[in-house]
Amino acid sequence: MRNAVGAVGTVLLLGGRSEIGAAVAERLVRDGARRVVLAAREAADSTEVAAVAERLRAAGAREVHPVDFDAARPDTHAGVVAAAVALAGDLDVVVDAFGVLGEQAEFDADPAAAAEAATATYTGHVSAGLAVAARLREQGHGTLVVVSSVAGVRVRRANFVYGSAKAGLDGFAQGLADSLHGSGARVMIVRPGYVATRMSAHVSAAPFPATPGQVADAVADGLRTGAHVVWVPRVLRLVFAGMRLLPRPLWRRLPR
Amino acid sequence: MAQPPPAARAGTPALLTGWGRTAPSAATVVRPRTAAEVAAALEAAAARPAERRRGVVARGLGRSYGDAAQCAGGVVLDCAHLAPGHRLDPAAGTVTASAGTSLADLIAALLPHGYFPPVVPGTRNVTVGGAIAADIHGKNHHADSSFGAHVRSLRLVTPDGAERAVSPAEDPDLFWATVGGMGLTGVVTEATFGVLPVETSAMRVDTDRVPDLDSALAAMSATDDRYRYTVCWIDLLARGAALGRGVLTRAHHARADELPPARRRAPLAYAPHALAAAPPLVPPGLLNPLSVRAFNTAYYARAPRRERGRVRPLTGFFHPLDAVRGWNRLYGPRGLVQYQFAVPFGAEDELRRVVAALAAAGAPSFLTVLKRFGPGTPAPLSFPVPGWTLALDLPAEFPGLARLLRRLDERVLAAGGRIYLAKDSRADPETVHAMYPGLAAWRAVRARVDPRGVLTSDLARRLEL
Repeated sequence: MRNAVGAVGTVLLLGGRSEIGAAVAERLVRDGARRVVLAAREAADSTEVAAVAERLRAAGAREVHPVDFDAARPDTHAGVVAAAVALAGDLDVVVDAFGVLGEQAEFDADPAAAAEAATATYTGHVSAGLAVAARLREQGHGTLVVVSSVAGVRVRRANFVYGSAKAGLDGFAQGLADSLHGSGARVMIVRPGYVATRMSAHVSAAPFPATPGQVADAVADGLRTGAHVVWVPRVLRLVFAGMRLLPRPLWRRLPR
Repeated sequence: MAQPPPAARAGTPALLTGWGRTAPSAATVVRPRTAAEVAAALEAAAARPAERRRGVVARGLGRSYGDAAQCAGGVVLDCAHLAPGHRLDPAAGTVTASAGTSLADLIAALLPHGYFPPVVPGTRNVTVGGAIAADIHGKNHHADSSFGAHVRSLRLVTPDGAERAVSPAEDPDLFWATVGGMGLTGVVTEATFGVLPVETSAMRVDTDRVPDLDSALAAMSATDDRYRYTVCWIDLLARGAALGRGVLTRAHHARADELPPARRRAPLAYAPHALAAAPPLVPPGLLNPLSVRAFNTAYYARAPRRERGRVRPLTGFFHPLDAVRGWNRLYGPRGLVQYQFAVPFGAEDELRRVVAALAAAGAPSFLTVLKRFGPGTPAPLSFPVPGWTLALDLPAEFPGLARLLRRLDERVLAAGGRIYLAKDSRADPETVHAMYPGLAAWRAVRARVDPRGVLTSDLARRLEL
């Protein structure tokens, strides 16, 4: 259950290798979460997932369970959610953090790879998000934290495969949030800017960069206050209010 | 009798919170009118397959601050209108009341006959069922213990659908597990309890300003045996030499000859009413350290330094907050967190340190009250233990609240104390388990009457009771 000050008992992390996801889970554990399910591809055999599990145990988690989860296999997603419930009980917070950034130049050359990346970054969330929402609706409480991105707020030519997938995800999350209104369950959308992680290592930092820890703090704060949308850092909300209005010929020429 | 439409029987979906208005969850609300309908609802919930069983809990007037009367995804039995009614037995000095009867209705009905409920909390808007489930206490705990101590017998519908009569003599384990058991042993449908004979509807009140916490503790220790009711309001924002300063109020039910002559013709007249209602929308941050400091300072300054024998209506003494309908809305959209703990006698130093920690944090609580607890009951989950209790409420949006209260939990636990489940909305299971050594005994009774785990609540899930 979520308590009056936003702390929760259980967490399901979809994307057990995600650095942002791991930072969020760790923060929730430090705030009192005791059971965490780490859903990732080949979760049981992954040293990366094992390292995240170790980190969560060190932070105070009583139980950490790896569960196999493949974003590209939508027919399995309801089963993943059911497995998580069987292991941890009610899902108080589900962090939806999987996705790939990729490189636009490679996508230009390999449309199939682009579609595969878009699956991980968008359509995988559709099936997983709906499976989670069905469970949260049934249990009458719980928050789905969707890690979106400012890249989806206005799509840029420099990373438009990734950006368009995030735009789709963001729109999906907004619609899902509205559909859950009054059900006791809710969706919180997180829109970080550039976050320095392994995934973004090949990209030079954009203005107002954030760390996974800052994203985690913002998520914890949002859970406490019941926010619907969280920008990280917060200034990006204003920046993108302006960016949205930038004339297209200028927008097109942004360096990245 | 006409059957209600099927939709009313099936229940209506609703988003529920406690009085603190935090952590809403959705449940199906069913409004049973009879014990048989309660039994039917419990049996229906028990019949669901285990993996789809979301549980049932009873709810009265929703005055628990936290999530005690919520059951996410399950069924909440709205018992506030359960077969209303009560019978006074003057020869036995008892009343038998339906669990849905509010203390407000009970007071209004009993006073003309010269009786008063044995224990009333800071609001009269609680039901008899809720009073038993939370084993409520009042300003007279040092003299009269908690509500459960006055219950002679009760009728309880257990998850097997049976309605049982339980009392301290008849199945005492189940009786005491139900008193303070937060509704998790069954649904109380009716109770018989002792009532207090009174001559008037007024209180005779002595008021003293106390300059610091030690004076408050000393005054209460020295004189509590002379007063039925004692409470001390504390200015939690006062620091330094004024740490824990407050206004001590002590009272007893006024005798007829203590009333002013004009009132003697109708000594038991009683006409409570709400003076105001909180506006439906209040911006966040209204109750902040600045506004609360201003209120506290004014309240302290306005209180008489020393006043003896003032005759006041009992509503003003017992239930000042009931004068503002929906006062919980004043805390804004994010709601409030109540924190009430008790520490045993001998732990006064720890109490002082807790008050100092709250003052140092600038916690903007304007309803901090200190009371003295007398003997408790044998109920394993009942809150009161002989000692001191401090209750305070804080806006949920107060920064650092989670950490602050967790630190206080540790201190309270180390001092051999505990927090009050009816007010809790944020504690963690390990701490609460350590605070209630009777938990194992209580669980054994619960396992006996509810082996399938039909009765549950958000509180029970959160605290892994």
